[in-house]
Amino acid sequence: MPFNDIGLASGLLCGFLFGYVLENAGFGSPCKLTAQFRMSDWSVFKVMFTAIVVAAAGLFLLRSAGILAPDKMYVPPAFLGAVAIGGALIGAGFAVGGYCPGTSVVGLFSGRIDALLFGVGLLGGTWLFAGSFDLVERWTTAGESGAGDTLPLALGVPEWAVLAAMIAVAVMIFVIGGRIERRFGGPLDASAAMRD
Amino acid sequence: MNNVSKACDPRPFWSPLVAGIALGLVLLLTFVLTGHGLGATGFFTRLAAWSGGQVAFDATYNNVYLGPLLDDGKPLSSWITWQVIGVALGALAASWSAGRFRLRVDGTHSFSGPMRSAMALLGGLLAGFGARVAAGCTSGVGLSGTATLGVAGFVFLGAFFAAGLLASRLVKGGPR
Repeated sequence: MPFNDIGLASGLLCGFLFGYVLENAGFGSPCKLTAQFRMSDWSVFKVMFTAIVVAAAGLFLLRSAGILAPDKMYVPPAFLGAVAIGGALIGAGFAVGGYCPGTSVVGLFSGRIDALLFGVGLLGGTWLFAGSFDLVERWTTAGESGAGDTLPLALGVPEWAVLAAMIAVAVMIFVIGGRIERRFGGPLDASAAMRD
Repeated sequence: MNNVSKACDPRPFWSPLVAGIALGLVLLLTFVLTGHGLGATGFFTRLAAWSGGQVAFDATYNNVYLGPLLDDGKPLSSWITWQVIGVALGALAASWSAGRFRLRVDGTHSFSGPMRSAMALLGGLLAGFGARVAAGCTSGVGLSGTATLGVAGFVFLGAFFAAGLLASRLVKGGPR
């Protein structure tokens, strides 16, 4: 393992479960999603960090047990300038538009027209990028880190130590975030997300 | 007992802990099945190439970035397209069954409908451009990249949240 199955069925299955979980988390709602940036609802941080810790720990355990082959997972290359520029643009687009690319699909399929417009914007942004590719190509490989693509390699610390630190961060997010969002009157619930 | 309002009320969202654990397990399943994580913008890039090819074939074909994707043929031929179709079906099943599906322009609390629509379009434009620079989005680099402990994922998340915090302070009246 991994099976390296890139067929129709595995795509539909993984996607269906992804969309089902995101909608149930409330991540079709642009109000709930952007409330993270206003600090009044910490669900985005909580869900993302929990998911990252669960998946990272799962990969670690499956590899340690010899079930999953080492170094077979796709790790994004460490073009740190490129991901910083792109990440900042996506974060700004998220705050202004209400979605990120994945959650805009969830928003559209819970009936939101604004999510469709966000998707049209995504297409436009892709065309804009392609049209100015000669100018921006060097951004896509900016800031290459020679230290290694993963945090354990780059920092020279064992994987279990990185995982332990991430679990500690996740717990802190739940404790501190929970306190801050209570001051704002608690996270946005499903009924509030249905109101205009 | 107010049964009428109970029947109309949407089912509550999952708690963040439950949703986070479920999302983590789905991501783990995806890694085990395919060797890579979940994504979204790979589909929009293929859709941009395909739709560009329909509207302006020569310009798209000659474009250094989109041209090679046109050679791949239809957007339906790739895993990421099926995955995004899956996301759509999953979100529809979840919102419909929980009474949370409603056709509307959402997030118009502080903006009129047309203004909110323009902001959604602008936000998509920024995110679409940014996703091509980063070669991925919140799902592909932020979530999946970080789960493999990729340095790129952590840097992405830092920049994503810093810019989001800043933009939501500078631009008043985003969706709320």
